[in-house]
Amino acid sequence: MTDRIDMTHGGGGRAMADLIRDVFHKHLGNEVLDRGDDAGLFAVQKGRMVMSTDGHVISPLFFPGGDIGSLSVHGTVNDLAMMGAKPLYLTAGFILEEGFPLADLERIVWSMAQAARAADVKVISGDTKVVERGKGDGVFITTTGVGAVPDGLDISVANVTAGQSIIVSGTMGDHGVAVLSKRENLEFETEICSDSAALHGLVADMVAAVPSIAMLRDPTRGGLSATLNEIATAAGVGMALDEAQIPVSPDVAAACELLGLDPLNTANEGKLIAICPRAEAQTLLAAMRAHPLGQRAVVIGETVADPAHLVQMETAFGGTRIVDWLSGEQLPRIC
Amino acid sequence: MCLAIPAKVLSIEPDDMAVVTVENVRKRISTALLDQVAVGDYLLIHVGYALHKLSEEEAAHTLSLMAEAGILQEELAEISGEPTCAT
Amino acid sequence: MRYISEFRDRTLADNLANRIAQEVQPDREYHFMEFCGGHTHAIFRYGVQDLMPQNVHFVHGPGCPVCVLPVRRLDDAVELAEKHDVILCTYGDMMRVPGTGRRSLIKAKADGADIRMVYSTLDALKIARDNSNKQVVFFAIGFETTTPPTAVAIKMAQAEELTNFTVFCNHVLTPAAIGHILDSPDFAPGGPGRIDGFLGPSHVSAVIGSQPYEAAAQKYQKPVVIAGFEPLDVMQSVLMLIRQANAGRAEVENQYTRVVTREGNRKAQDLVADVLELRDSFEWRGLGAVPDSALQISDNFAAYDAEKRFRVSQKQSREVKSCECPAVLRGVKKPTDCKLFGTVCTPDNPMGACMVSSEGACAAYWSYGRQRAPRDAA
Repeated sequence: MTDRIDMTHGGGGRAMADLIRDVFHKHLGNEVLDRGDDAGLFAVQKGRMVMSTDGHVISPLFFPGGDIGSLSVHGTVNDLAMMGAKPLYLTAGFILEEGFPLADLERIVWSMAQAARAADVKVISGDTKVVERGKGDGVFITTTGVGAVPDGLDISVANVTAGQSIIVSGTMGDHGVAVLSKRENLEFETEICSDSAALHGLVADMVAAVPSIAMLRDPTRGGLSATLNEIATAAGVGMALDEAQIPVSPDVAAACELLGLDPLNTANEGKLIAICPRAEAQTLLAAMRAHPLGQRAVVIGETVADPAHLVQMETAFGGTRIVDWLSGEQLPRIC
Repeated sequence: MCLAIPAKVLSIEPDDMAVVTVENVRKRISTALLDQVAVGDYLLIHVGYALHKLSEEEAAHTLSLMAEAGILQEELAEISGEPTCAT
Repeated sequence: MRYISEFRDRTLADNLANRIAQEVQPDREYHFMEFCGGHTHAIFRYGVQDLMPQNVHFVHGPGCPVCVLPVRRLDDAVELAEKHDVILCTYGDMMRVPGTGRRSLIKAKADGADIRMVYSTLDALKIARDNSNKQVVFFAIGFETTTPPTAVAIKMAQAEELTNFTVFCNHVLTPAAIGHILDSPDFAPGGPGRIDGFLGPSHVSAVIGSQPYEAAAQKYQKPVVIAGFEPLDVMQSVLMLIRQANAGRAEVENQYTRVVTREGNRKAQDLVADVLELRDSFEWRGLGAVPDSALQISDNFAAYDAEKRFRVSQKQSREVKSCECPAVLRGVKKPTDCKLFGTVCTPDNPMGACMVSSEGACAAYWSYGRQRAPRDAA
């Protein structure tokens, strides 16, 4: 085998078949995928299912705490988990750039396989295409997932009303800072790792403890501020947050100070926001803190009636300010 | 004005460079604008350059002045018999 | 974080708030201009105005180098990137500022221009070394804080005999701007504007020292307190200004003693004086032409001057008609006074620099404070 992807790997011929066998099936293989059919066959459970898809274009491909492979599995598993579903199956589409090192591809696929195994999901179908040099960014991965939602669960933004508690599962901004630390021209060193993780185990414990959870969402791109604003707008409520309660690790805070970034606008890949009835908040927290991925869970505020749907925050300093959507991408600043 | 942050010197490097740290975040910056930088100094960092040394003595002094503002307030309140609740 | 977190302490904030409430004269209105966009940002981000008594008002000044950069200069930078086949290096702050026809660096980059965001002039030099076959232009903006790094970069380029590195210099000076504002009819007695004192810039002063403000304080009889960057610094400085105003004093005081001295950073000043020189006049957005307020590269370093190496067209630059950035920058209007604020003009769709720059008064109002009814109706 050559050591880089070339156009023949996408051509549908022998080279492509070899690649699929020697890299994808080798690591991702399971009884469904190994049948080698055009589509993955699975039995459908009774009840409701959810399906979600994600495109992954992250740069750099490898970062402290993960890579595009593990990230893609966690991302889709988490989308399903935010509906309270047990994730079952994934598909993965790869768009590879001509010239991409095969060793890197194998590393990524291996990482995907590890993440899938740990999350107890199977990749049951896949696709590979190759684009000419310069037309891709190394590799793009699209994952689609299906999961089953247990009877009786109704987790949706439609359930959000005023007077509910807003909880986060842990520290904010870790993933965004970890990825930024690897970007050129910013060059800072840190031990900060991405928090990329599959959250469905935590979610299962949460819904078992508090079936009346209103909604769940993971604050990925745009960070906590974007996600809370999305929810506020969709649900037609305002929010009142307490900055002193929002957990940010000292290293993340320091990196953000250095670059002029706001941890609230910075991406997370292994955290969730839960909104639940106020009376259930302590029960929910106890369940979360008992799980490794929710040890720093805390109530950060509550939903309020507000025709303007603003997310407002009492600052740690004692004043009040709005937590707004980010405009465009967060850029380091000098001023 | 411009975003500048106090950081502690971890190590000195050749060609007017140094590694500074805030918490555990480390960055290489230029000390070309300062004379005599030592490990352990706190420097004000702006766009990758150290602009000034931070005086730890003055920092402590400033904080004590701020604290004093509160003490005076309490003393005055005691004298006049007013409550000392915050705003 | 050492020397950061202590200056954001809640208990000390409450102390200072009480102190300020005690010392303001109840029948008096106090208007303090925070010159610096960084202070505007801090005030809003921490909600400092909520801790002030009702009769203390912040007037937002033009200390946002992104906001005061004339549209024409931004158009020139875009043109350099688009038409001269250079690698244009810029600080992140400039990327989304709209120029003529709402054209920005980020849009030009999307259209294929080689525009790279850098954190430091050191990064720009590295890009020049790594791309010896291409011209690299560093888009230099900023007040006196950001100027020494540009001077160092030019000297390094000279020492290394780099032939592909130039600087497009737009550095501006603070004391000149303060004087210009106080000279304007807006702030003459009976005029619409009112300033009782200044919160002086933190890090500009770390470089230039507190001494340069003494002439203005004397001439215009206004107190100046050099204020640190953290919210507690702002509050302590307001207290110091109130005390001066009450006593009828007009002195330069330094609250930011942990970093600012009277002489500032001599070495940095000398470096700047070596490499850069005063322009006769420079057009500031909102303030018009201000004499002796900006810097250009001196003849000895002409080889590193982008304005000498490249010719940009003298096309007419246009700002959006109803945009009130000019009045906001001069402190005579609030962002909420602008017809476009929050309707047509938002951070996603900025009409002028004040909305895009994180230091701009409009952006600060929008992002942090648009839920407030304007307290300070003129």
